[in-house]
Amino acid sequence: MSVTPSPWRRNEAELIESVRGGDREAFYDLVRPYERMIYATAISVVKNTADAEEVAQEAVLKAFSGLSGFRGEAKFSTWLLQITYNEAKMKLRKARPNLYESLDDQPQNEEGDFWPKDFADWRPIPSELLEQNEIRQAVHDAIDSLSPCYREVLVLRDVQQLSIKETTTILGISEGNVKTRLHRARLLLRDSLAPGIDGCWIKGQAYKKVRPW
Amino acid sequence: MPTIEISCVEVWREISNYLDNEISAELRERMEAHFKGCAHCTAVLDGTRNVVKLVGDGKAFQIPDGFSKRLYRKVQKLP
Repeated sequence: MSVTPSPWRRNEAELIESVRGGDREAFYDLVRPYERMIYATAISVVKNTADAEEVAQEAVLKAFSGLSGFRGEAKFSTWLLQITYNEAKMKLRKARPNLYESLDDQPQNEEGDFWPKDFADWRPIPSELLEQNEIRQAVHDAIDSLSPCYREVLVLRDVQQLSIKETTTILGISEGNVKTRLHRARLLLRDSLAPGIDGCWIKGQAYKKVRPW
Repeated sequence: MPTIEISCVEVWREISNYLDNEISAELRERMEAHFKGCAHCTAVLDGTRNVVKLVGDGKAFQIPDGFSKRLYRKVQKLP
């Protein structure tokens, strides 16, 4: 049974053909929907905005000149993010050649069990809380504080909502590693974001903790 | 057949896979039975789910102002 490509995918394939035929404008249309993803992928590795922007630019230029090498085995977005991730890693390596592959980048005790620090009972998050800048900043800081190997997986899976398969392709790690690191990342974030540790989500409201001891 | 019990540590190990529906139906059933009777694991589950929701709202990484413009200026300059 043949699978009919979605209009979007067909459109993307047409855009790729146009770019290959020399239409530079088509390249803008091709990349525009993924700008945010490119930037988020870059910043999950290099951590600062100026470097992330530089990485994004380098990756997009590389994608443009390397488009003839794109065979359509993966989605265009996966290919683009893979280039971005590799560019970002390269940037890090150049910036701190001695620290590359440092212990900091290795998953710690990946096989071991993770014990939650706290059994804080979160109320469902009221959606208006997500609009508050301080919450947004808290989430950003918490992601920033994760070790790179956890942060990268979390940004691809939970921030950008990519599939496990796409994540394995971009990061070049196994499905098992994606799952284990994502698990660790989520629980670490839960620990650092749980209300009650650094105060309440809602100011002025008493917070009830549930502790097993 | 009664559901085989599962420990808290085993539940924590699978919380992320549970949220992603990356576990067997049998394990899901055992975990659900555990959540019914364990407030601590339910709290960990709810918290983890909230984290995924918070992170996934897409607002943690805002593109800097003028990002697109600068990006396309670079492409324009390509030979």
